Amino acid sequence: MIEIKMPRLSDTMTEGAISTWRKRPGDTITLGEPLVEIETDKAVMEYEAYQAGTLAQILVPEGQTAGIGAPIALIDDGTGTPAPAASASASSAPSAQPAASAPPADKSDKTDISSERIEAPAPPPASSPVAAAPQAGTPAPRRPASPLVRKLAREHHLDLSGVTGSGPGGRIIRADIAPLLADAPAPPPPSGPPPPGPESALGQPLAGPNAHLARSGDDPRAPRAVPVGQVRRVIARRMAESAREIPVFYVTAVADAEELMALRAQLNEKLTAAGRAKVSVNDMLVRACALALREHPDVNVSYGGDDSDSMLVHDRVNIGVAVAAESGLIVPVINDADTKTVSRIGEEARHLVTLANERKLTPAQTSGGTFTISNLGMYGVEEFTAIINPPEAAILAVGATAREPTVAGDEIVPRYRMRYTLSSDHRVIDGALAARFLQTLTALIESPWMILA
Amino acid sequence: MSLITYRQALHDTLRAEMLRDENVFLMGEEIGVFEGSYKITAGLLAEFGEKRVRDTPIAEEGFAGAAIGAAMLGLRPVVEMMTINFSMLALDQIVNHAAKIYGMFGGQARVPMVIRTPGGGGQQLGATHSQNIELYYSFVPGMKVVAPSTPADAKALLLAAIRDDDPVLFLENLALYNTKGEVPDDDTPAEIGRAAITRSGTDLTLIGYSRMANVASGVAAELADSDGLDIEVVDLRSLRPLDRDTIISSVRKTHAAVVLEDDWLTYGIGAEVAASISDGAFDDLDAPVRRVAMAEVPMPYAKPLETAALPSKDDVVGAIRQTLAAVGRRTAGV
Repeated sequence: MIEIKMPRLSDTMTEGAISTWRKRPGDTITLGEPLVEIETDKAVMEYEAYQAGTLAQILVPEGQTAGIGAPIALIDDGTGTPAPAASASASSAPSAQPAASAPPADKSDKTDISSERIEAPAPPPASSPVAAAPQAGTPAPRRPASPLVRKLAREHHLDLSGVTGSGPGGRIIRADIAPLLADAPAPPPPSGPPPPGPESALGQPLAGPNAHLARSGDDPRAPRAVPVGQVRRVIARRMAESAREIPVFYVTAVADAEELMALRAQLNEKLTAAGRAKVSVNDMLVRACALALREHPDVNVSYGGDDSDSMLVHDRVNIGVAVAAESGLIVPVINDADTKTVSRIGEEARHLVTLANERKLTPAQTSGGTFTISNLGMYGVEEFTAIINPPEAAILAVGATAREPTVAGDEIVPRYRMRYTLSSDHRVIDGALAARFLQTLTALIESPWMILA
Repeated sequence: MSLITYRQALHDTLRAEMLRDENVFLMGEEIGVFEGSYKITAGLLAEFGEKRVRDTPIAEEGFAGAAIGAAMLGLRPVVEMMTINFSMLALDQIVNHAAKIYGMFGGQARVPMVIRTPGGGGQQLGATHSQNIELYYSFVPGMKVVAPSTPADAKALLLAAIRDDDPVLFLENLALYNTKGEVPDDDTPAEIGRAAITRSGTDLTLIGYSRMANVASGVAAELADSDGLDIEVVDLRSLRPLDRDTIISSVRKTHAAVVLEDDWLTYGIGAEVAASISDGAFDDLDAPVRRVAMAEVPMPYAKPLETAALPSKDDVVGAIRQTLAAVGRRTAGV
């Protein structure tokens, strides 16, 4: 019996949702056949069978999620050996219960035949491996908690992720959450009007992650709970993480885009005549940023985290382009943008946007970025600030290119102008560096043939 | 209030009910001249005569059927099966007739009969005479099954059983006959279908009936002294109907339960109780419900083996300690 585990399909993925099982239990599976479609934080991906056999059991049904490494199915390969441990909690708890699968003790015919057999020498609960909080990229094992603990956690909106389970097999028991309970707000009364106060507009404190999805019958805002998909959840998590962790500062610059617009018009005229695709302002900006980053490699960096004794300076310049896909924000990456022509960048960008809308981006196409451009110019936005896309150190927020009155000599003349704001991680980028980077970028935009060079 | 044995309570109650209601009469093997194998009916033949204290042939199916007929026509027979093991010979009469007549014939006749019978092992009576097969009857709609653990309950539940209009299997226990307890002098019947919390506590709910309810009370008292544990004891008293409400509200308070039974574990009454807890108090459980029962073997005759097969006080203590350990209460011996 072979255990199929939730694969890691993207570098930011911590769990995946089963979208569609392409095989049913009993189906024969040949090598390389599509077995299951998995929705990651980025895309829905097909996962092919690496082992041949018969699908014996589906452990994670469609619509449910599992952490990386958690068993999702069993394939019978004809060897007849049992699966290592077919339980959902088997993923990474390293042999937590050596006694659990041992043959029943000799007194087992009598008494104590409970629903579990953990009384044999179990490991000291305090050192239970379940205690470690799951980190990004490591499998998140199912954390057993007693029904009472689950109820109390629901009622008091407790986060159990940091709780060490001291019960058998690492089960979280009431005693383990006593400190949390002491700090938690009292649960709402079972009935009656909600107490006044902004923190309880829904009749209960907005403490838990899903508190706002709870009861809505007596809510003056008449809300309805809408499920949040995997993509949105990842956006929520990563943006919150970014805003929480990164000390960010903003530097705004404005460029005269008259030459850029003229060059683009000329280029597109010739390209159209030659039967080739046009280029956009954004395509030119991608290249411009790539060149500016090449000139200022200290912006093309990643900082590891608090007190890290080193940062990563990236040799390649890979520009992420924020795309407003139907399922939400996604950032496909144009690798080595400094070495590609603007036409090539435009071609890649169009392809990636199409894939993003079809939710077919591969992990490779959405990872490895070193800098991101977010352009809301097409919406007529003058300027805005963006949140850094970790682990990158900077992001450029680009506003619309529009004609404005400018001063030339003693005259007011209309000129195309473009505003952009660089958000920088102040842990590794100082204000002067950010300003110099923008200076280079502005120079490129104002002398746009340099972008093509 | 008087301090009497379980046996005496049964005897006195039978006599009082015969005096109260002339429709009450007794049937069974050797209950008259021999005064009963366990002397519950001592003196009653002499007092009430052969019409109301009838010795029967060794023919359980026959006299069970006769009692059903008498009950249908308005008498209130109290049948003694010498032990519950022999009631299997009357299983068809009890399960297919006594339990079903009222429902099957549109309520035209009731069957107000009582089958008094002791179960229990530990007397070296061998595999066929040491069972507690009240489960067979507790399984059947139309039956009522009560199982008193104290002299006071023996009286109150026997009063209730005799006055009930449905067939009641009244489970006694060989090991309880000589136990003593305070018995009220009034004749207030118990409510069939109502469990009793015989000891109030907050650490764990210990559930038993008949002999094991006694064991439960003893263990709870000992652990209170030795470990300062605060164990709540639920005496089921009635197996059908089962008082799920009392069980569930107790577990909601204590968050942990151990269920005791004298018979085999598999498919047993403990399983029904555990399932009821899961249904009604799942969200209040801090540990899985643990069961303590007899070894899954035909009862051995040899004394050491018989003792080993029966659930002991130590087994109960062990189950309690393990359950408490599972909810974070480390007690001595774990």
